[in-house]
Amino acid sequence: MMQKCDTIAAIATAMSGAGIGVVRISGEDAFEIAGKVFQPASRQKKLEDQKSYTMHYGNIVDGDEIIDEVIVLLMRGPHSYTAEDTVEIDCHGGIYVMKRILDLILRSGARTAEPGEFTKRAFLNGRLDLTQAEAVMDVIHAKNEYALKSSVRQLKGSVLHLIREIREQVLYEIAFIESALDDPEHISLDGYPAELCKKVENLIKKTEDLLIHADQGRILREGIQTVIVGKPNAGKSSLMNVLTGEERAIVTDIAGTTRDILEEQIQIRGLVLNIVDTAGIRDTENVVEKIGVHRTKDSVKDADLVLYVVDSSTELDENDREIMKLLDGKRVIILLNKTDLIMKTTPEMTKKFCSGPVICISAKEETGMELLADLLEEMFLDGKISYNDEVYLTNIRHRSAMNQAKESLLKVRESIHLGMPEDFFSIDLMDAYEALGRILGESVEDDLVNEIFGKFCVGK
Amino acid sequence: MPFVEEYTDVVVVGAGHAGCEAALACARLGLETVVFTVSVDSIALMPCNPNIGGSSKGHLVRELDALGGEMGKVIDRTFLQSKMLNVSKGPAVHSLRAQADKAEYSRAMRRVLEETENLRIVQAEVTEILTENKAVIGVRLYSGAVYHAKAVILCTGTYLKARCIYGDVSTHTGPNGLQAANYLTDSLKKLGIEMYRFKTGTPARIDGKTIDFSKMEEQFGDERIIPFSFTTDPESVQIPQVSCWLTYTNEKTHEIIRANLDRSPLYSGQIEGTGPRYCPSIEDKVVRFEDKKRHQVFIEPEGRYTCEMYVGGMSSSLPEDVQYDMYHSVPGLEHVKIVRNAYAIEYDCINPQQLCPTLEFKNIRGLFSGGQFNGSSGYEEAACQGLVAGINASMKILGRSQIVIDRSQGYIGVLIDDLVTKENHEPYRMMTSRSEYRLLLRQDNADQRLTPLGYEVGLISEERYQKLLKKVNQIRQEKERLERTMTGANTATQSFLIKYQSTELKTAASLAEILRRPEMNYEFLSEIDPERPDLPADVTEQVEIDIKYDGYIRRQLKQVEQFRKLEQKKIPDNINYDNISSLRLEAVQKLKLCKPISIGQASRISGVSPADISVLLVYLEQRRNRE
Repeated sequence: MMQKCDTIAAIATAMSGAGIGVVRISGEDAFEIAGKVFQPASRQKKLEDQKSYTMHYGNIVDGDEIIDEVIVLLMRGPHSYTAEDTVEIDCHGGIYVMKRILDLILRSGARTAEPGEFTKRAFLNGRLDLTQAEAVMDVIHAKNEYALKSSVRQLKGSVLHLIREIREQVLYEIAFIESALDDPEHISLDGYPAELCKKVENLIKKTEDLLIHADQGRILREGIQTVIVGKPNAGKSSLMNVLTGEERAIVTDIAGTTRDILEEQIQIRGLVLNIVDTAGIRDTENVVEKIGVHRTKDSVKDADLVLYVVDSSTELDENDREIMKLLDGKRVIILLNKTDLIMKTTPEMTKKFCSGPVICISAKEETGMELLADLLEEMFLDGKISYNDEVYLTNIRHRSAMNQAKESLLKVRESIHLGMPEDFFSIDLMDAYEALGRILGESVEDDLVNEIFGKFCVGK
Repeated sequence: MPFVEEYTDVVVVGAGHAGCEAALACARLGLETVVFTVSVDSIALMPCNPNIGGSSKGHLVRELDALGGEMGKVIDRTFLQSKMLNVSKGPAVHSLRAQADKAEYSRAMRRVLEETENLRIVQAEVTEILTENKAVIGVRLYSGAVYHAKAVILCTGTYLKARCIYGDVSTHTGPNGLQAANYLTDSLKKLGIEMYRFKTGTPARIDGKTIDFSKMEEQFGDERIIPFSFTTDPESVQIPQVSCWLTYTNEKTHEIIRANLDRSPLYSGQIEGTGPRYCPSIEDKVVRFEDKKRHQVFIEPEGRYTCEMYVGGMSSSLPEDVQYDMYHSVPGLEHVKIVRNAYAIEYDCINPQQLCPTLEFKNIRGLFSGGQFNGSSGYEEAACQGLVAGINASMKILGRSQIVIDRSQGYIGVLIDDLVTKENHEPYRMMTSRSEYRLLLRQDNADQRLTPLGYEVGLISEERYQKLLKKVNQIRQEKERLERTMTGANTATQSFLIKYQSTELKTAASLAEILRRPEMNYEFLSEIDPERPDLPADVTEQVEIDIKYDGYIRRQLKQVEQFRKLEQKKIPDNINYDNISSLRLEAVQKLKLCKPISIGQASRISGVSPADISVLLVYLEQRRNRE
């Protein structure tokens, strides 16, 4: 079966740590979809009504939340690479932010482009030279096979098993409804909606769990977004240096020397940490530093893990309490630094204000690092997901498809609540079934008919 | 040796449900048509269940009627009981089913054939298809007679090399003891046509005088009967109805069956044909659904003027004595006398992938086919194919373009597309789940979907077409009026909403918006709609459905748009898949076998992947640019 919607999107630049990347949308709804997620900086016409070959400055927003500051480039078909309406979004936020933007676009009505699909469309719309056709055809297969292989490889183990299980349950329910529709005198649907509602709740829960799992998978593949926070001069940069083994950040005794955000990638026992060292959070009148503080708050928001460095040789103060407020609801490890000096703040004292494990370290003496590694291992490698260094190419497809499955199941629940007739349930259940199939690389074919005959006794 | 030699436009082989529709269509389109049957008394025979319609089959009959077919009109005149199934569910799955008076149905259809101009009925067995340069030129009969024809339509049903079996008894006859057609298969094979052997079965007919109905639940028809045909006056079908009866098998029945399984020809391997999973024999049900303690048995009348009753749910090929034992174990059937045994039947049919979606053979021009011969099952499925084959044979002879109903236009399209595209290893039955756009393909809007096509073809009269246009117009206007007409959050509206337990309005809303609420309907709405015009019920029904399910309908329409894009990308006849090196080998083989007419059809062949489709698209584009 071919996929249904016809506007495609993908990250068009290499997935490297480069600061700038492009997300491309192509197809008849490209402008409309971009319009849904883009908020222009100045009040102006809707994106759909803007001229071709114009650039617009503004933000990508998810509801009220600003995801990134971007420049959007509009190209109306046929004057674009694919000869279709095309939107390119220049974003600045690195891989993680680009993926969030793509995710958002997919939720707004586009689907992920098949490998080579932009080129294929360009060709089909007469934009490429004839001699390129052979190459395009070869590439389609090579890329699809690669994508499928890596896709399935990512799904080893419990996740794969769970998706199969959900999909089978969905199919069973469709088959039950359908056999009752085909054979109403043999199979009754009395009381079934309430029963289905419970099952659907359960399936929604499972898809949500899987989405969290998918997120854990992402963490493992792409690294744990880690932010080091703490008051100025608590020893954040020293910790960073210990972890990276290099003198990167400027370390002085003057509070507030780290003005910019430093990013570094390190490995601890197979775990990848993308570490951001931030300016110390402190009320400050200094303009340069204020921006740094502001950005710290932002990076905490997106972080998977916060390493909160506390200077144990001083007492906790207002600044610490400010920081702790920011950490509410985050995964935090509290590092009591400078334990080589006299401790004025103890683990017990921090626990009053902040939940999360506490480890005593000394960045200067390089003690406590083993304990930190143990703790990280326990937190992120709890045995459920094993570390996997395979490609992350298709990961976003999985999440997008899983999200679609969840959305369809939510629609089923809504239809049940609204008292819609049962045949409407199977429309959305079928969509969920198809979406789950896309994750597994399986199409629908004759599954349903086989299930009806296999599980239910129908017929004259 | 001298023999009869005649010339005609069309020859139809077989006068079952497919053959009747095919012959009528051709004759009505002005072509000289001869229909052959092994027995004139068995025209439009119902050798199995005594009903027309049912879930999704009711849709087929309505679509057939919308195109100008006959089945709906005939059943409207000859039914015993009628029921709209699934009324508690959504409008898309409402489906009509009528109990038929079998003899009356057959007689009425025969009369229609007899009274149709250009149509001739001949009792004879066709033994050979005559061709020249891969085109059909006529048929030869058992007598040696030759009928030259410009097109031949094969509707042989279950008669080819038919064999009826129960226990260790087997007879080489067609259904109901009728003569089998034993020669045609060989002629077809010689023409290079690939044959399958399928199997189906039927339960016993029992003597109604020997049934104890007091032990059964009476099953009534609907109070207000809705006719099948859009042309039937609804008042004319409000007749006294005949009841059906419900009883159940039990553990004892199942024990009898289990104890005698070794005597079943199905389990002993005596039957080689593939049976349908959706209409399993009772022994199949008992074996496959071991945990089911009982199965429903419907006792249905065979006609108004006979005592014979049909035992729905208990088809079997067990030996006669076991049949007696098992029927006797069912409450109400303790002393029942069997009139006709249950039996299984095996027959030859074709692999329908050899057909174009027009139902013409890909390799033999002018040869068409329909019905069980194409590997389907059911009277309704057969009739629809017969009609399409008849229309297309006529179009071909008349030099006009042939019709293909696609999956978004009707269940008929789904049926034919499935048959000619997918691999099919059992008799194919229509099911509502097979249709992906079923919200659009409702039995109530079949006329809007297909009558314009029937008119274009020439099977629908000007009068009927004008009536439809008027109806469509009224629907559109009333929908627009409801969308346009606003009602404020005034006392009258609010108390109306409270009365029907609906949320009160915060600001003004259109009547259509209120109608979309699940608890609302068009009838209630009249209370706050003083300017409502007086409209016929079939118009307001459409208005209500279109507005109420607008969101879902729109979603499917959008999907249809995508679907059509691929259907419209045609694949030229002379494509050579071997030359497309980027296709996978499996895809090449499947594509060569099926010869899809469009990218859309190709995408539905199992074994052809989305990547193969992309390759095909690119290849076709490259080719187009070269030309």
